[in-house]
Amino acid sequence: RDFNERCPQCSDVNWGLTDGDRFYCRSCHNVTERTREVVNTDFISNTRIQTISKRLRKQEKTDGGCEWYVCEGFQLVLKKQAEALEALGVSPQMKDEILCNFWRCYLQKSKQAYCNRPAGETVKALSVCDSSTDADSEPERPSLLHLLSLSESEGDLQTDCSFASSTSKVSESTSVCSGSVDGSLYLMKNQKENLRMTMPMTLSFCYMALLWLREPMTLSDLLRFVVEGHIPYLNVFQHFPEKMKLCGLDLKIFYVESWPVYEEVYNKMLELAEFLELPRFPDITDSCFLHPDMLCMKYLMEANLPDELHNWTCRVVKKICIGEADFLTLVPGNKSTRKVKYDVLAAAVIVVVLKLLFLLDDHYEWLLSDFAEERNKNNKEGGLYFEFKKWYKVIKCSLDVEQKKLDEERAKYLWRCEKPLFYSAKKKSKVLKRRQMVVNLQNQFGKLCGSVRPAEKPNPSSFQLSWSEENTDGSCFHGHSLKGILQEKCGLLTAMNPVYWLCTVKLCTEKTCGRVAHYREVDFPQSYHFVLRLFSFLLRIQPSYIHEEVCVIEHKLFNKKLYKKPKYNTGLRK
Amino acid sequence: SSREHKLNFRKSKEACLSYIQDAMLQKQWERAAEFLTYYVESLEKDFSREIVGPSEMIWRIGSEILCHHSRSSMKEFNSFIEQMKTLRVKRYLKVCLEHAFHLLCNGLIDEAYQNLSVAESWRFGEQTAIQDKEMKLIQAYRGLLDYYSWAKQKNILLEHGQDGFDDLSVEQEMHSCFRKAAVNLKEIIKIPGVWDLFVKCYVDLLEFYGDHNEARQVLNEYAYNSKFPANPNAHVYLYQFLKRHGESKKSLISVLKILHDIVPSHELMIDFNVMLQKSKKRKKRRLGLEVIFAALDYAGWKENAKAWSCLARQMKQIVISEKHLDWIKQEWSSRKDWWPAFHFSRYLAKRNWQENERLSYEKALVAGILLGKGCKYFKYVSHQGCKTQVKRFRILKKFVNKHNLAYLRISG
Repeated sequence: RDFNERCPQCSDVNWGLTDGDRFYCRSCHNVTERTREVVNTDFISNTRIQTISKRLRKQEKTDGGCEWYVCEGFQLVLKKQAEALEALGVSPQMKDEILCNFWRCYLQKSKQAYCNRPAGETVKALSVCDSSTDADSEPERPSLLHLLSLSESEGDLQTDCSFASSTSKVSESTSVCSGSVDGSLYLMKNQKENLRMTMPMTLSFCYMALLWLREPMTLSDLLRFVVEGHIPYLNVFQHFPEKMKLCGLDLKIFYVESWPVYEEVYNKMLELAEFLELPRFPDITDSCFLHPDMLCMKYLMEANLPDELHNWTCRVVKKICIGEADFLTLVPGNKSTRKVKYDVLAAAVIVVVLKLLFLLDDHYEWLLSDFAEERNKNNKEGGLYFEFKKWYKVIKCSLDVEQKKLDEERAKYLWRCEKPLFYSAKKKSKVLKRRQMVVNLQNQFGKLCGSVRPAEKPNPSSFQLSWSEENTDGSCFHGHSLKGILQEKCGLLTAMNPVYWLCTVKLCTEKTCGRVAHYREVDFPQSYHFVLRLFSFLLRIQPSYIHEEVCVIEHKLFNKKLYKKPKYNTGLRK
Repeated sequence: SSREHKLNFRKSKEACLSYIQDAMLQKQWERAAEFLTYYVESLEKDFSREIVGPSEMIWRIGSEILCHHSRSSMKEFNSFIEQMKTLRVKRYLKVCLEHAFHLLCNGLIDEAYQNLSVAESWRFGEQTAIQDKEMKLIQAYRGLLDYYSWAKQKNILLEHGQDGFDDLSVEQEMHSCFRKAAVNLKEIIKIPGVWDLFVKCYVDLLEFYGDHNEARQVLNEYAYNSKFPANPNAHVYLYQFLKRHGESKKSLISVLKILHDIVPSHELMIDFNVMLQKSKKRKKRRLGLEVIFAALDYAGWKENAKAWSCLARQMKQIVISEKHLDWIKQEWSSRKDWWPAFHFSRYLAKRNWQENERLSYEKALVAGILLGKGCKYFKYVSHQGCKTQVKRFRILKKFVNKHNLAYLRISG
């Protein structure tokens, strides 16, 4: 793929690989003699050749381990993640082409592979765990404490069994070691020049690839699948081959103790796209899953709201031009445009539509609901009118149940795995003993759980809540009509609700505040909070994110009105 | 900020712990056990600076669950505790001690003894010195169990003795238990603290083998050494010992005086009052009155007929002799505002009369003297008594009427 010569036969640059690892031109099927450098995505010990790296690989260590570099580890992680995504139905192109290419590009740009190593930089081969003689020969070796403190630590590794001993805390003199060849160097590298790879960043890579392919999976879906265990993230290193020994600082790199946060992954992805100097991503058009019209439809269904609302979301999308490909498509490096979070955007559009139609000021929506209820009671024929109150009850019930389940799940995560993490060979036996005790205790108390069986991993599904119109209890609102709250004016359907309240009169500047808007539950009506809570649950993000997006949309929508003279303001209230 | 909401190991375990606590408070042991299985991996991160770390949590929570869970057995509990012992060297002896307590509570005395013996022989470098307190306790409890064995042997011997059998081996065993027990019990009571049970057992041993001096010394130390916390029982034990050995009234009184100062409502105050009343010394009799009044200030004594009879007797005597009415006046001055409602209400009159005639009699006498013949308690009870033609009530009535002047002097 990095082969850019023109084909001698057809002058095209469109290369593929034969089984014999030779380049052939896809356009004219001319096979060349050029073979690519062997760069597998698989890790095979002793045959990995790091292009243009002149160091000789040392012989296999006596403990059965071999040399490995941190980036190889991450490569494995990405491979596993891509495989999992493929199993979830993502196109194989993601794994075979896109992700590979992104990764190779990254390696090249960050000078970990496919390049000349800059002359000044030498990889200090800090020896693996059990030899401690180096302590004398390298007096300037950075201390463990120093390295642990560099960059935010994932969790409190200093309290970890693997790092500390019961009698003494990690002291300044503890020598540094790692199973990987460049573990300590990796942590010391200046983060600004090269975007240093981290575990959360693997998800950024995945999402970036998904986005490039315009796969029907939003970032919140991806992160949810990670947490639900369908995509390897926690303890992926246990799938590294036996020969790749992990210890010491490798843990700081590969061991995670927290779930990645949406914003973190998203921002890293943007950084990454820019760092890789990627071109404009493939256009997001209105036939894409990620287009607000599509996503709104999906979320409306999931939120058990009437299908008719879709007309309204489309109208809003059109009015503020957020359905345009230019707006939606990612252009890395373009700092002037606000980057689009498709899922948050769609949710926010729905919230705005609900506000437009129902006002959500803790009064009007209930009023409208009462009217609808009256009408529904007296008029059995024809479709049912949508009753906000009924919907609220149904959703609240389900939401509370699901939220409770989720909260319990959160308390039940098992962060550790069978593969032991230990800092050095000396600590290994202690770590193993502890692990054994943990397993014993789990067994002992597991027997006392009685009929409570551990929950099966939920089947991966795009929809978390589903509602069926076949339910006779009337708990599905998809087919309900909005007639009761709409009126016709000049041939156009408009809301009966004449007013609107803005979430915020003025948007903050991100540079000073960090955010565009701030959210405090007590400042807003409870209905509004409820709606935010619903989408916050579905997307697994904080309500404030959605609120922010709502503010931005409102400002686009009412832009003209905001800057017109006061007498035209239609009920600006906070 | 996003960092606050990040779900990490620590937060997840905190949440897990609160679910465990909720389940335990609601006695849902299965649910608690379930969440505990998710919590135990905290042990792999156990070097935090918290005061109560995961290993202690797990020990305590696990013990509770195993205690209460219907399907858990002693065997399970023991195996769990053995693991907890190995978990943290710093806590080894503490876990051993609590394990022994648990065994004792379940009647497994021999097992408890074995455990304590094993713990006693434990050595672990500087930890042995650091955990010195726990070691002393372990030795003390083992001593206590030795005493318990000794007592059993003693009873066997006594029975056989009656039958005329001589059992040498039992006797030897008994003496050996005594030696073991005495050594440990003696050690622990040297340390300032509350060692009631240990002291009692030790004194029992000493008395049996005739070492009264040592016994007395031990009890004196226990009661009077200012380093020891104030403990009414210490004085009670001393008093009982002195009484057993026929000590003089004077020494008995001095012991009980301190008890009165610490616990005016103690049950021995009746004995004390009786002793004091009989004394020839005026001061002592005066004290007696003070003691009995003080005891009756407490709600627990309200219906104690014996106490009332002590007070009644003393007051009657004073009134008849017409000497020292001022004593009564002094005692009454701080009580006249609240005793009438506390002891001598009409409701109480009715109830006392119904439930306990003797009590009502004694109280009526006291009431009559303190509040005069017009007091409702006296009036009711004496009226009832006379109605039922119980002789003494007529005498009572006469008496109070006769000495009504005394009342006037008291109240005036």
